[in-house]
This record gives sequence, C-alpha cells and structure tokens, in this order.
Amino acid sequence: MTSAHRAAPAEKLQTQVQAFAWTTTAKLIALAVAGYSLWVLVHIDITAERLATGLAQGIKFVSRMFPPDVSKMDILWAGISESLEIAVLATVVGVSISLPLGLLAARNLMPGPVSVAARGVIALARSLHPVIKAILFVKAVGFGPLAGILALSVASVGFIGKLFADAIEEISPKQVEAVRATGASFMNVVIFGVLPQVLARFVGFATYQLDSNLRNSTMVGIVGAGGIGGALFAAFQRFDYDFVFTILATIVVIIVVGELVVNAVRKALDV
Amino acid sequence: MTPAAAASTSSRVSKTSTHAGQLTIKGLVKEYRPGTPVLRGINLHIEGTGLTAIIGPSGTGKSTIIRCINRLVDPTSGEIWLDVAGERIDMAKQSGAALRRCRRHIGMVFQEYNLVERLTVMENLLTGRLGYVSAWAAWRRRFTPQDFARAYALLKTVGLEAFSNQRADALSGGQRQRVGIARALMQEPSLLLADEPTSSLDPKSSVDIMELLREQGLKQGIPVVVNMHDVELARRFADRIVGMTSGHVVFDGPPEALTDDVLQRIYGGQGWIA
Repeated sequence: MTSAHRAAPAEKLQTQVQAFAWTTTAKLIALAVAGYSLWVLVHIDITAERLATGLAQGIKFVSRMFPPDVSKMDILWAGISESLEIAVLATVVGVSISLPLGLLAARNLMPGPVSVAARGVIALARSLHPVIKAILFVKAVGFGPLAGILALSVASVGFIGKLFADAIEEISPKQVEAVRATGASFMNVVIFGVLPQVLARFVGFATYQLDSNLRNSTMVGIVGAGGIGGALFAAFQRFDYDFVFTILATIVVIIVVGELVVNAVRKALDV
Repeated sequence: MTPAAAASTSSRVSKTSTHAGQLTIKGLVKEYRPGTPVLRGINLHIEGTGLTAIIGPSGTGKSTIIRCINRLVDPTSGEIWLDVAGERIDMAKQSGAALRRCRRHIGMVFQEYNLVERLTVMENLLTGRLGYVSAWAAWRRRFTPQDFARAYALLKTVGLEAFSNQRADALSGGQRQRVGIARALMQEPSLLLADEPTSSLDPKSSVDIMELLREQGLKQGIPVVVNMHDVELARRFADRIVGMTSGHVVFDGPPEALTDDVLQRIYGGQGWIA
C-alpha cells in the first residue's frame, strides 16, 4: 500500500519526461543541421575582417544613392508602365488558362488519366523560377515585353492552376450530388454545382497572382524580358546608384499601392 | 371468358398501362464491399398517389434503396422499373445520357437539404430544370419563361416568395428544406424521393415539411417515398409504411398495422417503445 503510494509520483514524473522527449532521429537531424551550418561558415571563410570590408563598401554604396536622381523620369515611367502592362496581361492570360486547366486537374471531377495529365502540365508550369522562364522566352521569342508576358503567364498557370484544382477537390459533394440528381449534364453540374462553390476563392487566387505578377514584372526586365527591370539593370551597370534608388523607391510604392488596391478589390468582392 | 381469365387479363393490362411514377423493385441487391450486402433482395411495388414511409434502424439500407432508384448509387443486381414520360424503364440498366434523361423525372429531397449554398433561392430552384438546358444557356441563366413562372408559383406554395433573391446560406433549416422540395418539384417529377428530410429539423419544421411533401404528392398526383427515423411522424403522415431490418423488408402495410410487435421486429428490443 505505502510502496504503491510512493511509486505513483515517480511514475508521473517519468511519463512527463517521456511525453516531451526528443527521439533519436530528431536529435540526429538537429545535430546534422547545426554541424552543416558551422562547416559552411568555416568553408566560405566569413571572418571578422571580411565583415568589416563588406560593411565599409555597403556604407559607400548607400551614400552614393543620395541624393536620388529624379532627372530621368521619362525612362522611369516608360519602364514602370511596361511592367504594369506585363503584370496585368500575364495575370489575365494565366488566369484564363488556369480555369479550365484547374477543372481538368481536379481528381473528384475527372477520370484519373485526365487529372494526372493536367496536374503534370501545371507542375511543369510551376517547376522553373520566373527568371529562368523569362530567359527561355527571351531566347525563344526575342527581347521585349512579349517574353515577359509569356513567362509570367506560364508562372501564373503553375500557381493558380494548382490552387484552383485543390479548391475544387475540397468542395461539398452533397451540393454536387443534388445537382446531379436533377438529371443535369456534366457541364451543367459544373456550372451550377461546382463553380458557385469555388468562384469566390478563384477570384481571391487571381488577385494574389496579380500582386505576385506585379513584383515579378519588375524583375523579368533584368534578363531582357521588358519592364522597369531593364532600366534598373542598366543603372546598376553604369554605377548610377542615385537612379537605382529612385527606381527601387518607385517599385516599393507601386507594390504597396498595388497591394492596397488588390485588398480593396477583395473586400469589395467579399472574397 | 372465365372469371379467372378475365382477372388475369385485367391484371396484365393494369401492369402494362403506365401510371406516372409507378415503381417496381425486384430482387434489389447492393453490396458496397463484395460479400457484405446492404440490401439483400428487396421487392417493392409502389403506385398511385400517397406517401410511403420507409422506416428501420440506422445502416439498414433505407438510404441505399432511395439512391438506387435515381442511381446516385449503382445497384449490384436487381431491377428497378419506373414509369417515366409514358415509358416503363429499368433504372438499374440505364447509363450516360439515357440515365440523365430518366433522372429528370425523379425529384429528390435530401437530409441536409444539399442546396448550392452560394446560389440564390431562385437559382437553386432553376437547378431543377438543368436537365433541359444547354451549358451555354445555364451559364447565362437563360431558362424558359414557363420555368420562371413555375419557380415563382412554387416559391409561393412553400411560402418563400420574399426570398427569391436571397442566397441559400442565409435561410434557416426549415426554409432550406422547403427550397429543397421546391427544387425537386421544379422537375415536374413522376416520383418524389426524400432521404430523411426531417432528421436535421426541429419538431415543428419536421411536421411542416411532412405536410408539404404529402400535400404536394397528392397535388402533382405522384407517389412520394420518404425514408425516416421518426416512427410517430411516419404514422401520422404515411399512407403506407415499409419496415426494414438488415437489408430485408420485414413489414409492409398501413400505419394502423404498425403494432408494438411489428416495431420490435423492425428495430429489436422493446425498452424504447413507450
């Protein structure tokens, strides 16, 4: 009786320790991550001396940005407006392709082979970074905004297509069943039973993608695919850091304003 | 002609003449997993107007029967003969476009209403006409003037004429189920099926819904088949009660014949019978 009484708290303590214990695998992984990070630090030779030179150069670089150069506003606006055009058009094209492709990729609506094929296309569209896509399209169709539009359209299909397909797979089958029970054709089931359930989310994805394309459109110009990125790259090459600052500040303002507009649209559409 | 021959002739005639919604189920078996049948050879004949209630314990296949009739569930074997649009058709054999054409004549009401939540009440009603319009017309919400007239008339019948432009998710449970019934009636069905239509509702709404189902069945001159859990509600509204236990029909008769003995045979035990 007394021994059992004494054993009880000890047992409790033991379970508590066991409940939050690290497994051997977890310990090994933590050790490996810490070890690799330390090795990299040594391997790429980050020393106090290196940090000091870097800091000195950084200060020089930043000081050369001031005062910002506001004399080339025509170049700035030409680039910015081209970036906006690329972003909007790429979003419209990408979203238009994503809608049918996402439907084809939804495993709860389509037979296996169809959804596998559609998901393959979407995965391919998402696999490469937008900059690499932009380089490919510059090589394929030549310099200019067309390459940027194509690159970002493909990128949009990769993201929206997947999100949309996943959204369709999460819909309530009960609502779809009721529409099927009326004798509706497959397309009519999609129009009345599926789309109403996902359209709001689809608009949400499209606005996110517009936001993302705005940011990416300022960058594809670096590889010659149109937009403000070209001017930015040229300014870097010529060490015109004062103009670089003006461009970067403008991009930040555009992105922030763009996000505010997108949020306002989302709120207005209640998505 | 002998009386026997006359009787046999008349019975043959009554079998071949078509009454909208006349339903004959023969040897219906459904196995969701091979070897474990949910329905073990159901034979049932339903014709004329009137409300037939199917009662029985949970998991006994009531829902499966209903869903086999409009083929939301595919039967494993058996025949489901139904009179639709002047033809006698075995629903168990239909597929593809032919199946969809048959489904247009079978209205169904669901336990959880199954309205398309983000569509308006009017759009949910028009869903009942989707079997008759092209995808392009459905996309533009182009239905015939008769469809709209019928929809407004039905909304009035179910007492929701003020709600036509409200989204379905803004309605209460009882209101949603009335929309569900109106949607089924939009099909101008030959047969009205209801799968536990009152199980998600409060007692008063349940009575309203049962009254509406019964009344509309009589008005449209079609049979109504309802699965239900509530024995008292079944007694009160059904013209005929079918009792099921583990995939078999163990009782088939008028509500008066549903004695405590029969209930015990359907549900087992007796402590629950007041």
